[in-house]
Amino acid sequence: MATVGLESKTFEKFADVVGHEDDSNYLSHDHSVLSWLFTLDHKRIALLYLVTITLMFLLGGVLAGAIRLELLTPKGDFLTADTYNKAFTAHGIIMLFFFLIPSIPAVLGNFLVPLMIGAKDVAFPRLNLFSYYLYFAGSVIALTALLLGGVDTGWTFYTPFSSTYSNSYVIVMAVGLFVVGFSSILTGLNFIITVHRMRCPGLTWFRLPLFIWGIYATSVVQLLGTPVIAVTLGLLGVERTLGVGIFDPRLGGDPILFQHLFWFYSHPAVYIMILPSLGVTSEVIATFSRKNVFGYHIIAFSSIAIAVFGFIVWAHHMFTTGISPYAAMVFSLLTFSVAIPSGIKVFSWLATMYGGSISFGTPMIYAFGFLGLFTIGGMTGLFLSTLGTDIHLHDTYFIVAHFHYIMVGGAIMGYMAAIHYWWPKMTGRLYSEFWGKLSAGITFIGFNFTFFPQFILGYLGMPRRYYEYPDEFQVLNVFSTAGATILAVGYLMPLVYMPYSFFFGEKANSNPYGGSTLEWTNTTSPPSPHNFEKTPVVTEEPYHYHGKEAAVVSH
Amino acid sequence: MSAIKETVQDHGQHHHKDLAHHFDTLEQQHDANTLGMWAFLLTEVLFFGGLFAAYTIYRYKYSAMFEEASNHLDITLGATNTVILILSSLTMALAVRCSQTGNSLWTGRWLLITIAFGLMFLGVKYVEWKHDYHIHLMPGKDWSGKDWWHWQYAKKAKDMEKEAHSKGSAEHSFPDRKDVLADNDPSLGVRGIQESQQARLFFLLYFCMTSLHALHMLVGFVLIGIIAYFAYQGAYSPDYYSPVENIGLYWHFVDIVWIFLFPLLYLLGAHMGH
Repeated sequence: MATVGLESKTFEKFADVVGHEDDSNYLSHDHSVLSWLFTLDHKRIALLYLVTITLMFLLGGVLAGAIRLELLTPKGDFLTADTYNKAFTAHGIIMLFFFLIPSIPAVLGNFLVPLMIGAKDVAFPRLNLFSYYLYFAGSVIALTALLLGGVDTGWTFYTPFSSTYSNSYVIVMAVGLFVVGFSSILTGLNFIITVHRMRCPGLTWFRLPLFIWGIYATSVVQLLGTPVIAVTLGLLGVERTLGVGIFDPRLGGDPILFQHLFWFYSHPAVYIMILPSLGVTSEVIATFSRKNVFGYHIIAFSSIAIAVFGFIVWAHHMFTTGISPYAAMVFSLLTFSVAIPSGIKVFSWLATMYGGSISFGTPMIYAFGFLGLFTIGGMTGLFLSTLGTDIHLHDTYFIVAHFHYIMVGGAIMGYMAAIHYWWPKMTGRLYSEFWGKLSAGITFIGFNFTFFPQFILGYLGMPRRYYEYPDEFQVLNVFSTAGATILAVGYLMPLVYMPYSFFFGEKANSNPYGGSTLEWTNTTSPPSPHNFEKTPVVTEEPYHYHGKEAAVVSH
Repeated sequence: MSAIKETVQDHGQHHHKDLAHHFDTLEQQHDANTLGMWAFLLTEVLFFGGLFAAYTIYRYKYSAMFEEASNHLDITLGATNTVILILSSLTMALAVRCSQTGNSLWTGRWLLITIAFGLMFLGVKYVEWKHDYHIHLMPGKDWSGKDWWHWQYAKKAKDMEKEAHSKGSAEHSFPDRKDVLADNDPSLGVRGIQESQQARLFFLLYFCMTSLHALHMLVGFVLIGIIAYFAYQGAYSPDYYSPVENIGLYWHFVDIVWIFLFPLLYLLGAHMGH
């Protein structure tokens, strides 16, 4: 398996750290159920999130399957119109609020932030556990809303439909999102303070791994954006309960105000989903290219820039819904500016790989997939930020394809890369590289099969959110549904070989991929309950492959 | 790898009783706790910010009716409450100071006095809300466009009477008074309905903002109560007082929200001569 060539002196010193008996790591030091349910250890909380969000991902995936099955034929034959509305609403809500937003921050952020900065835990361990239970409670409330009969408003809850006319369980769902929102806020708060106050000696801001920069930028967005959606959902609940016009124009309210408040959070929320994946990609590409990251500072700043731009582009979701043309022009221009930091990142990654000793481990294959899909997703975003083309493409399948390229092709590919990259650290086991690479390949192919036809469908004018469509769109829809089944296979495979490796996989050494950040160099796999034997002292930048003989020999 | 040196300092060093295991020094712990509270308050600013944004938009759109509606609030009670809350901020600041100097007894006492001022505030608020409820200013099913219209009518009639009186003319004519006007009654007129809705929006925002503020005070009472208990137990010392300081920050934030709410809601229409 992977062997890391190390300078012998360092290795001996290091052997003290890794030479633990198996019963002293964070997984095995206490086996009781209560020790998991009431754990304050950031690593165990990460695994609690991992299990819960995986279940939510499966549920969201089943709903996606139902949507694609309905769209296999032009007629509405599998679902009724009403059920279809509820299916795509539930799919959107579950995937966004209960899977994508917590995915990398709550699982890998929790696991890695203290490890990468040389801390014993996050700044507020009890708050961390509380965040998990808020997430859990929010999930239960949202699932209750679905079991009672679901919500038919779309995940955007546009008023006045959601506040006055919809006869579904809007308020129950809003309560669930309110609760899960506070989980997200408190997680972000915890990471911000952890990065500010818990770094080990010598770890200056510009020695932080780029994953930390990504998580930090994400946390700021979570902290500043989420409370706005919380209060907006609160007002929606008030309007629905009291029948008083805040957003309903018939009652003296303003529906555009709802859209402004909603997108003030929900556009930055897209960056909550994608920024951590950008951070993951920087880590994976550096490690698997055996090269220092090209343009470290500019990548770090571009994460911050994306977070900042994220807050000033929200109205590009409203070009066709009645904002002033001058506002639309300004928001269009600002939206274009998001392409700059995104482009900087992509080119810096390419430059990092250039001349590197690239090895094709599973995480790298996923990262390659991320690069291609994120670029297509980003470029098609420029079509939509152009005012003229947006009129044509708004509310068509082009939009659906665009944001799936960012959120599924970008965020989930990044999440999969991250899970595969840090799996040996989290579990102390190696998964099967063969099945890993196969799943990465199948996911990539299946994804493009599913969503590329939707760009064409949207361009041809097929609107989103309808359960029927004209006959001439069928061929492309069949492509898309067929692709979705391939994609499902790609996603289901890790659910088999990853748990298998957890129990039967080959034991991993402390640094199977030859990473250079603290979690690889200074902790065991899996880490001990208190992470570090001794508080590390950092004297160098996070990526220091130049002049080092360390190389991954084989997989 | 060689970049990372291990140091002799480990987590086995002498531990202060108040130092959590994952912090190295009390100073680090204090900084983290305080920064955490500031970050939380930032979230709170955005949380209230949604309501303030809605208020700003509608005040701009419906400025005339917002001023009208504002006149229905009792400035005297609002001002009294402002004074009470500022006094509670003073006692809270004294509590924080006492915790820093190690005066546990007075830390606890000032905290309890702060709660007492807070309860006074909510008592006054209760009186206000009860009055608002009785005169049908509570938005929702109880809201009566009819009442609002009649109120407007009465005010206008009074103004006309006053105007006629000042001109020394004994003759004045009132518009016809309709005795029965249902909410949304066509005879209320499109304008009457719109004005009623706009005023209702003001009161909705008034109730949302003041009740969210009151909710924060209730949460504050519980937290202050817990910390007062620990203060009496002698849990805080010049080495370790960040819980008192943090609850202080929270309480001052709650005060500052009110400092914004009072002029926006109560003083908005004051220049109209009420």
